[in-house]
Amino acid sequence: MANETTQPLVHAVNVTKAFHGNEVLKGIDMDVRKGEVVCLLGPSGSGKTTFLRCINQLETIDGGRIWVDGDLMGFDDRGGTLHHLTDKQVAAQRRDIGMVFQRFNLFPHMTALQNVMEAPIQVKGGRKSQVKERALELLGSVGLADKCTAYPAQLSGGQQQRVAIARALAMEPKLMLFDEPTSALDPELVGEVLRVMRDLAKGGMTMIVVTHEMGFARDVADRVVFMDGGVVVEQGPPSEVIDNPEHQRTRTFLSRMRQEEQH
Amino acid sequence: MSEDTQDRPGRISARPVPHPGRWVAVAVIAVLLAMMVSSFVTNPRWDFPFALRVMNFNPVLRGLMFGTIIGTIGSMVIGVVVGVVIGIMRLSTNPVLRGVSFVYTWFFRAIPRYVLLTILGTGLGYLYSTFDIGAPFGKQIAHALGLSSDLTFLTLDVNQFSSTLAMGVIGLGLSEAAYMAEIARSGIQSVDVGQREAAQALGMSSGKTMRRVVLPQAMRVIIPPTGNETIAMVKDTSLLIALPVNTELFYQVSVIGSRTLKIMPTYVAATAWYLIVCSVLMVGQSFLEKRFGRGFGVTSSSGPGAFKARMLALRGGGGGL
Ligand SMILES: Nc1ncnc2c1ncn2[C@@H]1O[C@H](COP(=O)(O)OP(=O)(O)OP(=O)(O)O)[C@@H](O)[C@H]1O
Ligand SMILES: [Mg+2]
Repeated sequence: MANETTQPLVHAVNVTKAFHGNEVLKGIDMDVRKGEVVCLLGPSGSGKTTFLRCINQLETIDGGRIWVDGDLMGFDDRGGTLHHLTDKQVAAQRRDIGMVFQRFNLFPHMTALQNVMEAPIQVKGGRKSQVKERALELLGSVGLADKCTAYPAQLSGGQQQRVAIARALAMEPKLMLFDEPTSALDPELVGEVLRVMRDLAKGGMTMIVVTHEMGFARDVADRVVFMDGGVVVEQGPPSEVIDNPEHQRTRTFLSRMRQEEQH
Repeated sequence: MSEDTQDRPGRISARPVPHPGRWVAVAVIAVLLAMMVSSFVTNPRWDFPFALRVMNFNPVLRGLMFGTIIGTIGSMVIGVVVGVVIGIMRLSTNPVLRGVSFVYTWFFRAIPRYVLLTILGTGLGYLYSTFDIGAPFGKQIAHALGLSSDLTFLTLDVNQFSSTLAMGVIGLGLSEAAYMAEIARSGIQSVDVGQREAAQALGMSSGKTMRRVVLPQAMRVIIPPTGNETIAMVKDTSLLIALPVNTELFYQVSVIGSRTLKIMPTYVAATAWYLIVCSVLMVGQSFLEKRFGRGFGVTSSSGPGAFKARMLALRGGGGGL
């Protein structure tokens, strides 16, 4: 389907990361094409969150390389010698990558609208009237047109997470990272957030989604990546990895997930 | 629909728990109060009318205005600004900045304010009679190069400056900054790291993250102790006499006291002014606490009804945009 010659939007090669000598990522290779939706599955502690955080440099990697849209993340390669980027350069690289956190992390002292407007104004220096118009549009598209003046504390978890998605989209990112966006939510609120994410995927956004929602992964993902113990165990279309996994570790994990879902 | 309401318990009207202890306390306090008032009236040395007049004497009002009020405002402004910077430095990843911040706090917390002000008032002028602003080692460099100018842009006569209110404000402000640094640091640390990460993930620089996201939230934690510090500073302005600065409330009433020999009424006058200033500050503090509590104190699960009502009241009842 995809043009094999175009470079992938995310190109990660042999990424390693250790915390205090504890190696959490042990050489991750991953390519994500433009417009592709990749779901990351794996047991707790397998390094999914750490890998996402490495992509937008909330963690610095110890080894390997990550390129996003051709840019080497975190370093400047001057004739084979890597130089750390300055804080400003790192901030500039992050602008094009949206991130949605498990615990929303909305700014509690700002209204929903102010949350969405903050970065376009402060980071991109956008005109207030234009930014506001776009922010209202975005809040409308996540179904929260009537909650603009609400503070995060006045919103339900599902509403907060939708504001957080709108906030990330306001920067017009090339890539969206989702770290278990629904696992802090009450079950009846999961659907509304997944619906927004489905729309986003349909609109062609490139997404890497860490999730335990098998239904979402099966329906929306172009590819599922199963991680365990800091390595990619297997990957492929959901019909293969979820319904017909090759590896024993994947099978064990999936059957445990199914058991949990039944409870 | 309507059931037999007669078997069902209705409105409660119960007797309160008796509190005999309270009545005893009221009686004791009433007796003590009566004794106090009677001594006020019968002992002519209290002389409250004179105290009231002293409160309105011109030198006393000037002392209040300059030494107490401007002194407090000035030193707190320096204290808060320098303190926040020192507090942020303390949390920096740069070990040099952390070290400087530590030494600053260590030094200024150890020095009593009275001693610090005395040193600034007399000791400094003895060491350096003028204070030159110019290139570092300008004189030495100019001498070595044989220049006629000594690379000094501004010269300050320390002996003249040393006993001004400005010097006192600087001294008290620098001392205050050491305490404010600790307060700012704990405020900044109270903000969830997720907030900083969310701001960074949006591409905000670390400076913007601090100014737009972390500090506004830290204010909630910083303001109550800052209020206490301000009230403490009102009282510490009485130390300005160590420089010496004489446009200062307590010094002025003491002068009147020793001149008129009505010592106690002048002290009453000073006490009354301190009480008034601190009362005003307490009102201001509670207002600020409410204002910076915006969006806080309500978790997503608890009912935001009352909070919302307050928000709407604050913004003039506006619903939409
Ligand atoms: N800041 C940190 N300091 C030390 N250890 C860490 C840190 N962050 C993560 N780890 C460790 O790295 C390992 C992988 O963590 P990570 O959060 O990436 O797992 P995960 O796959 O996202 O798990 P979960 O499904 O529970 O979210 C864990 O063992 C964790 O304890
Ligand atoms: Mg995780």
